[in-house]
Amino acid sequence: MTLQQENRRLSGRLALVALIMFGFAFALVPFYNEICVALGINSIEKADAVANTQVDLSRTVTIEFDSNTHNLPWRFRPLQNYVKVHPGELTTVEYEIVNVREAPVTGQAVPSYGPQRAGEYFQKVECFCFTQQTLAPGETRRMPVVFVVDPKLPKDVNTIALSYTFFEVAGRGGKS
Amino acid sequence: MRWITTTNHKDIGTLYLWFSFVMFSIGGLMAVGIRLELFSPGLQFLDPDRFNQLTTMHGLIMVFGAIMPVFVGFANWQIPMMIGAPDMAFARLNNWSFWLLPFAATLLVLSFFMPGGAPGVGWTMYAPLTVQMGIGMDLTIFAVHLLGMSSILGSINIITTILNMRAPGMTLMRMPLFVWTWLITAYLLVAAMPVLAGAVTMTLTDRHFGTTFFNAAGGGDPVLYQHIFWFFGHPEVYIIALPGFGVISQVIPAFSRKPLFGYASMVYATSAIAIISFIVWAHHMYTVGMPVTGQLFFMYATMIIAVPTGVKVFNWVATMWKGSLTFETPMLFACGFLFMFTLGGFTGLVLAVVPVDIQMHDTYYVVAHFHYVMVAGALFAAFAGVYFWLPKWTGHMYNETLGKWHFWLTLIFFNMIFFVQHFLGLAGMPRRIPDYPLMFETWNKISSLGAFGMGLAQLLFLYIVIQTIRGGEKAPQKPWEGADSLEWTHLPTPVPYHTFEVQPVIK
Repeated sequence: MTLQQENRRLSGRLALVALIMFGFAFALVPFYNEICVALGINSIEKADAVANTQVDLSRTVTIEFDSNTHNLPWRFRPLQNYVKVHPGELTTVEYEIVNVREAPVTGQAVPSYGPQRAGEYFQKVECFCFTQQTLAPGETRRMPVVFVVDPKLPKDVNTIALSYTFFEVAGRGGKS
Repeated sequence: MRWITTTNHKDIGTLYLWFSFVMFSIGGLMAVGIRLELFSPGLQFLDPDRFNQLTTMHGLIMVFGAIMPVFVGFANWQIPMMIGAPDMAFARLNNWSFWLLPFAATLLVLSFFMPGGAPGVGWTMYAPLTVQMGIGMDLTIFAVHLLGMSSILGSINIITTILNMRAPGMTLMRMPLFVWTWLITAYLLVAAMPVLAGAVTMTLTDRHFGTTFFNAAGGGDPVLYQHIFWFFGHPEVYIIALPGFGVISQVIPAFSRKPLFGYASMVYATSAIAIISFIVWAHHMYTVGMPVTGQLFFMYATMIIAVPTGVKVFNWVATMWKGSLTFETPMLFACGFLFMFTLGGFTGLVLAVVPVDIQMHDTYYVVAHFHYVMVAGALFAAFAGVYFWLPKWTGHMYNETLGKWHFWLTLIFFNMIFFVQHFLGLAGMPRRIPDYPLMFETWNKISSLGAFGMGLAQLLFLYIVIQTIRGGEKAPQKPWEGADSLEWTHLPTPVPYHTFEVQPVIK
């Protein structure tokens, strides 16, 4: 084989490696998602397993509710501004969304907590944030959140703010 | 026209070197702008948006425009001469790899004049900011694509040249260490650059084609971007550092008048660094909320890199041990490299420790750390290389007195800029913020003064190089007594336009 042929062969192989690594970058996406599922990271769309049902009547925690939308033509509000609960007590609250657009819209709610570390003690048994919500034009929907505050909640946390933000799921059910 | 159509490896090497000097000046001016704003607390010259755009572009231009091309320039000039080859394996491809760069650089600079300005997202281009930026971000993405393409083509060329075109008798384990480090670097580039291309492509489709890789609004995850970026980003650190190690490994033996101590261990250490660099990426992102097991793995893996790096440092010191040392400018820069780079390595070890890093994450301590490795590491190695080979390339000796001035000014001003930033970082000053509390003022003033001085000192470098090209004392075939690779022993000074058309036989 001449030098030129050898050079061509080697460079072809190296170009193939570069191409594979380009694909590898995209392969990291499902790989990352699988790892997150396996390790239980980012699992905001999953119900928490509630183990302890012992109600701690000696403490009262205030849960405040907040709602936001991110570039979404929805009216979104909690039906109560706050509730007072005992840790370990099963509680149900309701949120309401109204789609004010003339087209069906799909959204996904993402919860967050204040203070942040309260998040791991706030166990949601049922939540509209576990699935995407699709609303017909003008539709109004009331959705429950069922939760338990873990009695292991640190003693200095007396108020937890639960905040939801609805994001539009692009490309599904019509886009603005 | 000669410079546009040239396929000669020496011409293309020269083009690379001048291109990177131009980029170095532009990036340096941006750094001076940043330091000007940080001279005093409060906002004086730049609004916060503009400040962020400058830090972003300073990073991108210095990494992709200055430091990477300068070593490709050395590779083009030196690799064929060091292995006894007439030219690079694919001469026309070589021309094309270079000419992609000016267009990429133009796109980067143009982004400043777009509505919304250049992207102010940091050189790491983290989502979700990148998904929200203006059209300047698209220009930057295309620039990164071009730069990546240029590096990959260049690397394929370099690997093919080294593996297929060595002179008879030049076995792999006889190659000069500079060639070895470039062989390994080129493999790193071929493996890592496409991953970056993938990451910015995903950003592009998130911005315009409705995908949601990183866009949280559609269920994407910005942390995923950080994983993909740093999977490229950490090997990139060694892509920048390894050719510098190669230059230093040529310079130190030449001025110690001794062969390099532990040649084989140097080769294995370099390979080990390259391989380990692919499994340490998450140490850049300890604070994203990964499990403790993950943090521990990346912490230990990061610390393991210190072992082969230590092997290299000890080998350089052992080469100098009992050598007949002289301290001409290349050797001064090599010694500066040895001290400063090792210091940067130590602060890197400090940052590798998870609990410490969570404190220092995104403070000026990190800025000080990576400038010690990038500037005092890679840039000092590049200066050492220029002074070392300039007599061979031009046929004239550079002005030794001015060279020494350039070294000492650069060294002193460099430490003035960055040593004090360790204190700022430990005191909690965050990076990428144009304003700071009054208590940080003193160190910031010193740092800014250092930056102005360092900028001016580089004008001296430009003057020395031009003076050497124009004329000066005739350089002998082997100006450095201890230098022993092929370009010194087999070729006249200045090197003719075409060399080794008949390959030498190495005994």
